[in-house]
Amino acid sequence: MSQLWQTYHLPSTVEEAVDLLTNFAGGARIIAGGTDLMIDLRFGGGHATFDALVDVTRVAEMIQITPNDGWCVVGAAATHTAVVGNRDLEHGATCLVESCGVVGGPQVRNVGTLGGNVAHALPAADGTTSLVALDAEADVAWGDGRREWLPIASLFRGPGISAVDSSRDVLVAFRFRLSGEREGSAFKRIMRPQGVALPVLGCAVWVRLDESRQRYEDARVCLSPVAATPVRADAVEAELRGQPVGEASLSAAVAAAYATLHPRTSKYRATGEYREHMMETLLRRALPLAAERARTGVASAEGVGMG
Amino acid sequence: MSELRITVNSVDHILDVPESRTLAEVLRYDLGLTGTKIGCEEAECGICTVHVNGTPVNSCIFPAFKAQGARVLTIEGLAQGEQLHPLQEAFIEHGAVQCGFCTAGLIMTGAALIDENPDPDDHDIKVALKDTYCRCTGYVSVISAIKSAAAVQRGEAKLPVNEPVVSEPMRSVSRNEKVQDSIERVTGKAKYSDDFTFPGMAFARTLRSRYPHARILNIDTSKAEALPGVIAVLTHKDVPGENLHGLVYRDWPVLCADKVRYMGDSVAIVAAETQDIAAQALELIEVEYEPIQVVGDPVFAHSLEAPILHEGREGGNLLKHIKVRHGDIAQGFADADVIVEHTYHTATTDHAFLEPECAIGVPAGYDDDHQKLTVYVGSQIPYQDRNQIALALDIPEESVRVKGVLIGGGFGGKEDIAGQIHVSMLATVTGRPVKMLYTRQESLLAHPKRHATVIRIKTGAKSDGTLTAVEAELYGDGGAYASLSDKVMTRATTHATGPYEVPHAKIDCFAMYTNNPPSGAFRGFGVTQSAFAVEGNMDLLAEALDLDPVELRRRNALRVGSTTATGQLLRESVGLVETLDLVEKDMDRSSDFQWAWRDGDIAYGWGIACAYKNTGLGGGAPDRSDAEVEAFEDGTIEVRTSSADMGQGLATVLAQCAAEELGLPFKQVRVLLSDTDKTPNGGPTTASRQTYMSGNAVRLAAANLREMLSKVVAEEIDCPPETLRFEEGLVRHNGSNVRFGEAVRLAQTQGLSTRILQEYYGPKTQPLGTGGDMHFAFSYATQAALVAVDTLTGEVKVLKILSAADVGRAINPLQTQGQIEGGIVMALGNCLTEAFIMENGVPWSTLLARYKMPSIKHTPQITSHLVEHRTADGPFGAKGVGELPSINTTPAICNAIYNAVGVRVFRLPVDQDALYRAMRADQPELHTAWQDVK
Ligand SMILES: Cc1cc2nc3c(=O)[nH]c(=O)nc-3n(C[C@H](O)[C@H](O)[C@H](O)COP(=O)(O)OP(=O)(O)OC[C@H]3O[C@@H](n4cnc5c(N)ncnc54)[C@H](O)[C@@H]3O)c2cc1C
Ligand code: FES
Ligand code: FES
Repeated sequence: MSQLWQTYHLPSTVEEAVDLLTNFAGGARIIAGGTDLMIDLRFGGGHATFDALVDVTRVAEMIQITPNDGWCVVGAAATHTAVVGNRDLEHGATCLVESCGVVGGPQVRNVGTLGGNVAHALPAADGTTSLVALDAEADVAWGDGRREWLPIASLFRGPGISAVDSSRDVLVAFRFRLSGEREGSAFKRIMRPQGVALPVLGCAVWVRLDESRQRYEDARVCLSPVAATPVRADAVEAELRGQPVGEASLSAAVAAAYATLHPRTSKYRATGEYREHMMETLLRRALPLAAERARTGVASAEGVGMG
Repeated sequence: MSELRITVNSVDHILDVPESRTLAEVLRYDLGLTGTKIGCEEAECGICTVHVNGTPVNSCIFPAFKAQGARVLTIEGLAQGEQLHPLQEAFIEHGAVQCGFCTAGLIMTGAALIDENPDPDDHDIKVALKDTYCRCTGYVSVISAIKSAAAVQRGEAKLPVNEPVVSEPMRSVSRNEKVQDSIERVTGKAKYSDDFTFPGMAFARTLRSRYPHARILNIDTSKAEALPGVIAVLTHKDVPGENLHGLVYRDWPVLCADKVRYMGDSVAIVAAETQDIAAQALELIEVEYEPIQVVGDPVFAHSLEAPILHEGREGGNLLKHIKVRHGDIAQGFADADVIVEHTYHTATTDHAFLEPECAIGVPAGYDDDHQKLTVYVGSQIPYQDRNQIALALDIPEESVRVKGVLIGGGFGGKEDIAGQIHVSMLATVTGRPVKMLYTRQESLLAHPKRHATVIRIKTGAKSDGTLTAVEAELYGDGGAYASLSDKVMTRATTHATGPYEVPHAKIDCFAMYTNNPPSGAFRGFGVTQSAFAVEGNMDLLAEALDLDPVELRRRNALRVGSTTATGQLLRESVGLVETLDLVEKDMDRSSDFQWAWRDGDIAYGWGIACAYKNTGLGGGAPDRSDAEVEAFEDGTIEVRTSSADMGQGLATVLAQCAAEELGLPFKQVRVLLSDTDKTPNGGPTTASRQTYMSGNAVRLAAANLREMLSKVVAEEIDCPPETLRFEEGLVRHNGSNVRFGEAVRLAQTQGLSTRILQEYYGPKTQPLGTGGDMHFAFSYATQAALVAVDTLTGEVKVLKILSAADVGRAINPLQTQGQIEGGIVMALGNCLTEAFIMENGVPWSTLLARYKMPSIKHTPQITSHLVEHRTADGPFGAKGVGELPSINTTPAICNAIYNAVGVRVFRLPVDQDALYRAMRADQPELHTAWQDVK
């Protein structure tokens, strides 16, 4: 294997990581688990090589998962395995656990990170889909020294294009509110047994029921990929708010998806027509499940490991 | 920071290595721990799994410096001294090791699982091993081995091995003797080609074509030659002998001169001090091409507009027209009450053996061990390699030695030349050992595939179900070079009536040259393709006639006394009906049996299909295997032949045959395979022929040895030779015994050689079209598949496969079962997951990530019966098994899908996207597959 990078660095703080990137002036790149990066470097075709790789998996604040006062901060370098094994997340961000649980196989989940999933900026990435439904924010350390929390959706600029330049900036962490009373979430996806390891379609939903626990008070839905970036399905959400849980609202939500979302055909992955129908299948699987979790307050992740 | 501190298998290391290394490279190349294998470098196959601080990771994408300060555990560190880890023991016992190339990955992944979860169930095991592939075993034995090891680790008794039931076990034959080298395979000590290194070794790479079809105008290697570290750059001008190779027709350039015909074509080869430099040098070679119109599919290839690939060749792009004529086809259809006619498409598929091709050439006279030009390679046909190397280098065959090493899976894909000639040339020119290791991506690009085949088939039957006629036309995509197309497509043609009596048949097959990768041998050898069509039509007939699919098959099944469509009278050993009976019994067809039912959104369906497959080359080709047995004074013997054990367990079978004849304990038999200087020619390892052919050669050699020793001992103790019995390592006569080794010594003191060379010729066969026996034996099988189709997604899951196979005799029952399970799961890939996609000659499936083989999560519950209708001339009655299960799995699954949801699949692999849309639209036919999603 030809030399894809020259030197390898293991900083222990975010500042150190940013400084390293700055010093290499574009010649270095962040590596977390490497499950996307190593493949891109080897087979991306661009003959890209780097002077340095900056490994962020030993930066303490980037690997911690810290629940605090109804919120949770998940370090960007937390592995999928760490996310899946976290009980607070299983209960309070079930969709995220379910989506990290179907990424690759154990060896990939053991090193692949949530931050890498987001930074890679593919609309179909599983962890990303759930973070969008959780209305997460991202903590970004920009190369110019600024550090700020931003809405997750604002990071995506196009397929594979992120506002975070991994040769300059560092995604430090994510935060979102953990599901509380009358809240629940779920993630489901469709895979095909052939071809690349990205879902045909993924669907994450988060709902809050009203006091009666019979009606949706609020809902957030992310179906991906239906656009160049992962986006919330506003029209679908609108059909749910204030409506009773049940077939009528579900049908309306499905109808809104058909009416407003138009997934495309992608070669050797799925036809647009199939994806359209899968929006329905997934909504019909994920929504009632999330509502049930919200109603009962009991949530255990489904399908982990059987991606 | 260029100092790497890591603890590997409890040993602390401080290494000064480049920071760009991966962990796999450090382990294999810097520390010499070659037990960790590399199969893809894409994080896909998982066979490179090691533990870093207790966690399993893919070492191929793990930067070595990421492990700074960490503890690493590899397969070499798992055993405690001589004491194997419970998983290592269980893998051996349960037959979960075939070629062994994936074994380290499976065991390391499994070890992490049972450390964390002391009592894993099937689901837990499937989750943990989901991305750790094995191409050989089908995973059934892997699951049981892991459960057993977990029990042992919990302090409980190990679990029983699921041993198949066989009839009349003998002393060694029909017993589950253990694979030679199995301890080496589970401990990481077993050496495959890339695990060998020699002092002064250089590394080679191949420059492949940039176009599927183009004229070469100029090749300029000067810049590459000038790159520091480059030792040699060779092109067609440097081929000393004939610049063509090929197994049946010599049409494949060693290095292309004026034309390239597929993207995998070799244009230049480079030897350099390192892999990296060799790779860089390739980029510096300048080739001027003039692209030519691409011939992308076999039907176009046959048209007048298509450019001719091999200009000047008589017949143009038609590689071979194969015909079967039997009876009077017009009469056959006139006799029919029902006729069904359909067109089926199969996909190009790749063997995806887990070990990419690797060859090492060591020049003549390099050191004491290498007096001749020596090539180390995991090859299915060492003697033909030798012949092809000699021709290309223009040297006598005897001056080349091909040393076969362990093969990490073959399945037909390691019969053609890969790097063998190239390393021979480079070693000769540079005077240094040269290794050429293909990357996975190169392997996908270069080596021959399974023929994509278009099959139009028309089947007629009377209202009672009796078949009257089959007419078929097949177009096989032979790709750029002939490879074994002629033979493979002949098999597809002659088997196109299925294992049924069909009085009238007319079958035409056109094997065509195209600008796709060459197609060649692949488990099932063409029959996998035609069976998809034959068995689909059988179910359509059953439906049209309102007959039970099992009954229809039983009515027409070949039996003793039947005549095949090539005019062969079957005189013995036809166990098809018994396989049907056994599978039907397992389906539990009591009164409430249903072929299909629904449970909510899930549709369930059973499907059935039969298969038969010839053993041996047949068709009039002289089939010969030579073997040698040598006995020693210490009571051991060595069996020698150049036949390949690519994981199917041939070495064990041969040892069992010899042990049986000589009454020796199994452990007193060694087997040496595939060294053209030390082992006689066993012929190609193909066509399920080796158990029969080399098995017979060994058995006869051993029998001759026994006879000779009998005479010697009889004389010594003064008794008639017939009264002696060879048992338990002794030569027995009434009360007195002579040790086997003593008998050998006696013979030697009399100046007799205890080394017996046996030439064995298989029973004579007839060429196609001449009637008579085209093959000396056939194996038969039936399978039923139970599938679940999710009607809301189109996803297909195979829940159960019930199999029964007539193998004549299972010389090693557990291994035979392993062949069947592995074949079933491989064929499940053929049906559901695999297609090597090309776009007008340009491969899209350039990565393993774009070519998915079945993983453990696809493994259904498999029940398999061995049926043993002995064949008179086979060793102890045995015939071939290797290919059989890969034939009827696909149609059984497709028939099950039809029964479940009413959609018939005519094109592979089954596409859930299209299946879902067909269900929704109430379309009963599906003519598009995954590769049509564009
Ligand atoms: C076999 C296999 C199966 C897979 N299956 C799935 C799947 O089912 N679903 C799915 O969504 N994905 C899948 N993936 C893709 C991949 O594993 C995930 O996207 C993973 O989360 C990437 O994380 P990583 O830490 O490995 O990223 P890396 O490869 O380390 O990095 C990816 C990119 O992000 C940048 N980056 C990483 N971390 C940061 C950071 N903190 N700040 C700034 N930039 C950063 C890197 O520079 C790089 O450009 C699969 C991959 C493989 C190899
Ligand atoms: S996953 Fe590492 S070699 Fe295949
Ligand atoms: S034994 Fe698993 S790949 Fe051969």
